[in-house]
Amino acid sequence: MSAKQQLINKIGLRLDGRRANELRRIRCKMGVFSQPDGSAYIEQGLTKVLAAVYGPHQTRNKQKAQHDACIINTQFSMAVFSTTDRKKRPRGDRKSIELSVLLQQALSAVIETDLYPFSQIDVYVEVLHADGGIYAACVNAATLAIIDAGIPIKEYICACTASLANDDVPMLDISHQEEILGGPTLTITALPMSEKIVLMEMSQRFHLDHLPKVLDKALEGCKDIKEILDEAVKDHVSKIGSATGWANASS
Amino acid sequence: MSLCEAEKTFILHGVAENFRVDGRDREGYRPIELETDIVQHAFGSARLRLASTDILASVKIEIDTPLPEKPFEGKIEFFVDCSANATPDFEGRGGEQLAIELANILTSAYSAPQTLDLRELCILKGEKCWKLYVDILVLECGGNLYDAISLAVKAALFNTQVPKINNMTIDGENVDIDVSENLLDCRRLNVKHAPILVTVCKIGEHCIVDPSLEEEQCMMSSVVVAVSNNHFSTITSMGSLHEETLFECLNLGHKVAVRLNQTLIETLEKMPQNQDVGFLK
Repeated sequence: MSAKQQLINKIGLRLDGRRANELRRIRCKMGVFSQPDGSAYIEQGLTKVLAAVYGPHQTRNKQKAQHDACIINTQFSMAVFSTTDRKKRPRGDRKSIELSVLLQQALSAVIETDLYPFSQIDVYVEVLHADGGIYAACVNAATLAIIDAGIPIKEYICACTASLANDDVPMLDISHQEEILGGPTLTITALPMSEKIVLMEMSQRFHLDHLPKVLDKALEGCKDIKEILDEAVKDHVSKIGSATGWANASS
Repeated sequence: MSLCEAEKTFILHGVAENFRVDGRDREGYRPIELETDIVQHAFGSARLRLASTDILASVKIEIDTPLPEKPFEGKIEFFVDCSANATPDFEGRGGEQLAIELANILTSAYSAPQTLDLRELCILKGEKCWKLYVDILVLECGGNLYDAISLAVKAALFNTQVPKINNMTIDGENVDIDVSENLLDCRRLNVKHAPILVTVCKIGEHCIVDPSLEEEQCMMSSVVVAVSNNHFSTITSMGSLHEETLFECLNLGHKVAVRLNQTLIETLEKMPQNQDVGFLK
């Protein structure tokens, strides 16, 4: 109990000096690499993720090809130096496989798969630095990379974490330190424009009465993230556009 | 990537005329970007971009027991991970073979005692030593992985800060090490003689360095040399070469490696500290 009380102090500040409803600083960039069809880099606080998208291209495994939709193939991996204790291997462990599947499910909800029959889209995410909210950062990075690749999506898909501090106050975007100190973590993946929740995952338990407010907080976070991503996309497109001459960067 | 016959001929002719597809001569390197201190919680790190080849190297340090046959030496281990971000072929276990090959060549290049003095890493003879984990992440493949990786590793080792030890207490079998708590109280490794790998490719009648992805398709054979302080520490050749050509390759490799090493050391010494750029540039 004492650990939980420390999550937010008396004057309403969290361990890293944020308020309960504040996100960590998000910085992102699209088109970091030249070889993939789309790539993006995102930093949420200290969590750093690179995403690369290849495709749509012909399916590598002919048997898997679907006549009415494309398949989405995802792989999640973490650099061995991404955590404080060095990891043994970058992928293939249970957690990585689970996160790959979750990412694939989330992306299937937004990508217009029926436009590319008999094809495949590869989405690879690489965590360079893990400091809480890895899955959320991966989803956000993948969204940017998919947009960079020019693959049609229904709308932005964003993910955000939220928790309940002091058994009362919902707080947003949980850092690794806060994850360790305890308190439940709710990760949601949502379509912020239509306010649909694609995926929801929770660790530890809290009373059902608290769920609506934590969920609301997380959704709010997703909307905030969407604004930031949208800004980054517009910025990127206007830069590319002004280089090719079809858009004016100043207007 | 696969090239057609005409494209290969074009590259071949370019090499013969000492004017390659991207305008370089046979001994020319593509532009290199280097950044150090990019992974915050590692003891040392570097990111190197050689045209479109992207490498992230990071060094982590742990306390370990030295090998019984080398009680005065610390340990160094290389681990390479070919990320699927580089190419879909690396998905799952696809990049493992290449990764092992790369790690092995680094291990053998650094195994010579004159390259990196592992005695610096000894804490207590036969009992405790530092172990360096050098983890290399291949984020994009644009040809010439060997050279890029060796440069990134050298830069990361240059950047590495080994914690200082205040005192040790030995109580029978147990050794208690008191590591300095001041984060700035560190020492740097001496990496002056750390090896540099240079890949020399034979295309047509001539040898070139720093092959691009396209040029790697046209090469008949290649030699990877590790040069440390004017000496070769490892030579690996792939494909068959005539003795005379082999020596020609070695000479070229040596010449380029010395030049490269000098430039790298100069750059590292002038490197501004604490820039917060990373992948956002």
